[in-house]
Amino acid sequence: MSYKPSALRLQREAARRRVSRHSTLVALISTLAIGAVLSIVVSGAPGFKLVRESFFNAHYARTAFPNVLSGLWLNLRVMILAEIFVLIFGLLIALARTSKSAILYPLRLLATIYTDIFRGLPLLLVLLLVGLGIPGLQLSWLPNSAVVLGTISLILTYSAYVAEVIRAGIEAVNPAQRMAGRALGLTQTQTQRVVILPQALRKVTPPLLNDLVSLQKDSGLISVLGAIDAIRAAGIETAQSFNFTPYLVAGALFVALTIPLTRFTDWLTRKQDRARVQQGQW
Amino acid sequence: MKKKYGIAVVVAALLGSLSVAVTGTAANAASSCKAGGLPTLATGTITIGTDDPAYSPWFDNNKPADGKGFESAIAYAVAKQLGYPASKVKWVKAAFNTVIQPGKKAFDFDINEVSITPERAKAVDFSSGYYDVAQALVTTTKSKIAKAKSIADLTNSKLGAAVGTTSYLTITNIIKPKAKPSVFDTNDIATQSLINGQIDGLVLDLPTAFYVSAAALKNGLIIGQFAPKAGSEQFGLVLGKGSALTSCISTAVDALRANGTLKRLAATWLGNTAGAPVLK
Repeated sequence: MSYKPSALRLQREAARRRVSRHSTLVALISTLAIGAVLSIVVSGAPGFKLVRESFFNAHYARTAFPNVLSGLWLNLRVMILAEIFVLIFGLLIALARTSKSAILYPLRLLATIYTDIFRGLPLLLVLLLVGLGIPGLQLSWLPNSAVVLGTISLILTYSAYVAEVIRAGIEAVNPAQRMAGRALGLTQTQTQRVVILPQALRKVTPPLLNDLVSLQKDSGLISVLGAIDAIRAAGIETAQSFNFTPYLVAGALFVALTIPLTRFTDWLTRKQDRARVQQGQW
Repeated sequence: MKKKYGIAVVVAALLGSLSVAVTGTAANAASSCKAGGLPTLATGTITIGTDDPAYSPWFDNNKPADGKGFESAIAYAVAKQLGYPASKVKWVKAAFNTVIQPGKKAFDFDINEVSITPERAKAVDFSSGYYDVAQALVTTTKSKIAKAKSIADLTNSKLGAAVGTTSYLTITNIIKPKAKPSVFDTNDIATQSLINGQIDGLVLDLPTAFYVSAAALKNGLIIGQFAPKAGSEQFGLVLGKGSALTSCISTAVDALRANGTLKRLAATWLGNTAGAPVLK
């Protein structure tokens, strides 16, 4: 005997389809309407021609592109180097802050002071202090390149953010997990490494990647020290022509750079959710 | 109210172009520039913009309204020429990006050491130039280029300039050093970088170079200036694209040049800038 859906069920499904068709239609109409209103308002604005000319000028986009791209190459190198060190230092600081033993108290105190200061200090200030203050000491063995000092400033600031995110992850792991690990005969360190950290890091992957995306954009701030990154290259082009299109070119390149990372974050989060549903944790 | 004002502008512009067409001289265009009655932002007063901070020797102590410093003096002279006494001059702060942005400006004209180029003139209006400027290279006696005598001696140096300046173009187009130049937001940061030895030299316009080497640096030194043909680079007043005031203000600047006021003010506020050798 083959399965035959009841009349009631067919009716219910038809109703559902009707509602779905209806909402698609409504969504389509409202999108079109809002799009039309926006385009009329924007293109009808008295300054629209001027704005289009100064922000969306194909000629200046083409001439600025090579310089902005070579500036972006600097951003890329800085952000990758900074991201590696930020993850390492962030993890170390988080471990120091969450340590429990009495003998490590000074370390805990230092880590707390460090995160307090560098999370509170605006990045621009750190850049100026490190980038102009350190070479001001005139010690020949210290670096004085704007790029190196700028990267150090980024690492100093972002390590504090990332440390707090990782600490939150560690503290979100149920204390019973630690006890269970100890009860199984693992040492304190082993428990930390194979029980706590894997769970903690999994919990904070999305906010962690969020911080890294933010770091990618802030890598442009090292230009205050004189390095020519994508934004500064665009600024130079803009100053020559008084046309803002180069900034838009730089913006588009930055978006192109961060989209892969944000997509990756989304994908990772979804994968974790699915895994958790399968494990019956929800 | 607004409409009347618009008609007045059109009539003024028509009269202006008519008189030019009839007599063919620019001098008569000034007849439409009614003293103290131009279509300014606020009727009866003229609003002048400049950046904050406003640097010496162009301004004095970041106070544009005190009439001291070359550009402050020029601004008041232009206003006076147009029939606005000092009491009818209003200053507003205008950052560089707001000066060059499209659309309405918050000032009637801006004075902020902006060099006139044909490319820039597509986005804003410029008055006639009020100052012929040359670029110069500043360093310290400790720097490795302190003894440089020619452009060839600078090939291996790391140079800096402020963003938005033609000084940067002097590095990339004339000096052409091997190392990529450093580009700073302000002359202050650039100067600190020079003091720190992070750059070997700093390119500035000549009057600023004299000021920086004397006032901001301890062992300051001007290596020399890059001599363009006279008048090849000029500072101009900036107005919104298509401003109704441009021709009147240009006429005023031309008159100040003709009667020697520009030269006199430059001598008063910028001093003698002839001492810098020309680098070739």
